[in-house]
Amino acid sequence: MARITASVYTSHVPAIGVAMDLGRTETPYYAPLFAGYRPAREWMADNTPDVVVLVFNDHANAFSLEMVPTFALGMSARYEPADEGWGARPVPPVVGHPALSAHIAHSVIREDFDLTLVNDMPVDHGCTVPLSIMFGQPDAWPCRVVPLVVNVVQYPVPSGRRCLELGKAIRRAVERFDEDLDVQVWGTGGMSHQLQGPRAGLINQEWDNEFLDRMINDPEGQAAVEHVEYVREAGSEGIELVMWLVARGAMADLAGGGAPTEVHRFYHVPASNTAAGQLILEDAPD
Amino acid sequence: MAEQYVGPPYRYQKRSTMALDKPYLDVPGTTVFDTDQAAKGYHLNQFAMSLMRAENRERFKADPDACLDECPMTGEQKQAVRDRDFNRMIELGGNIYFLAKIGATDGLDYVQIVSSMTENDADAHTEMMLNGGRSPDGNRYLHEWQHERERD
Repeated sequence: MARITASVYTSHVPAIGVAMDLGRTETPYYAPLFAGYRPAREWMADNTPDVVVLVFNDHANAFSLEMVPTFALGMSARYEPADEGWGARPVPPVVGHPALSAHIAHSVIREDFDLTLVNDMPVDHGCTVPLSIMFGQPDAWPCRVVPLVVNVVQYPVPSGRRCLELGKAIRRAVERFDEDLDVQVWGTGGMSHQLQGPRAGLINQEWDNEFLDRMINDPEGQAAVEHVEYVREAGSEGIELVMWLVARGAMADLAGGGAPTEVHRFYHVPASNTAAGQLILEDAPD
Repeated sequence: MAEQYVGPPYRYQKRSTMALDKPYLDVPGTTVFDTDQAAKGYHLNQFAMSLMRAENRERFKADPDACLDECPMTGEQKQAVRDRDFNRMIELGGNIYFLAKIGATDGLDYVQIVSSMTENDADAHTEMMLNGGRSPDGNRYLHEWQHERERD
């Protein structure tokens, strides 16, 4: 049977991908950021899963305003990197796992999560930058990906509670999948940042670090936090952090098991306009 | 903070009296892209979205007026695009992830696009970010900015 092995949390700032694509990771600006990522990559090299359920938001690339799905699950065997306006990133295509996608869809929709199922979509930096951060620059990504795209661009966006509960449902689905797979759930986006208006550039290190604490120790409490607190404290785009709760919801402690083990935690300001955070939680053994 | 970036026109002028719960209207210097904004900005955002295609970027650079005239957005929205006034585009229903494609067509990166909406140029914005970014202190509630304006 398939099993959840860990959850990974990371910002997905496009400039981080650009820095890698253009070979700028050792510049004075970026060296501290990539030094902070190194332990995560080393852990990942020893713990590469078969499949990542990668939770991210589309940034007006796969979906225009023609359709704004709240939760969209990719069903494909392959997803191409999007041209977001600057040309597509020079990274490998993302290889999907259609059978696991179909299984998750079947399972969680029957548990009342009304997913939109997407058979054809490009993936933008929300998906490819976390892969680059965790895997570097391989010729092919070392695992398959089931993309779960959450609307956090157009309000109202799903609540933290809804995201956490969806993560729990994904865990139940994965554990019922009849194939021997190690599965990680990645929650991406954030941390504090605001990309619009005269308040742009907002960073809240204190709030971000408290968020990291609560993600580890009190996810149910964090799930009750209202959107307006994210906007006010972490910036209009800081709302992306609700997606971390999907990954957190997939951990065993929220299904009656043991607490996860924190194997890595990192926080750095700035990455372009954004505070970059990273967290890895290993699931408790059965 | 420079006067011209603090004042209207921002959302609090147009505060809805309807029953919808929008507590985020109380955050200064911030326009939350909600369903009302999305309705207002539909054609503006869809125009920006068309710039995902390289051939459309080339066409827009070669003849911006022809491209804008084909799009059913309002005259105000077209002028905001011509002016590259991102604050105005956002006020008129634009969303940053769509609008970034207009900046991308001009060869701008996110720091350049984002800083154009603030009191800082790109270099000063980068410096501010290196120093920890804009503090939330004094930037959480509209009244904090209104007090600041009265002080100025």
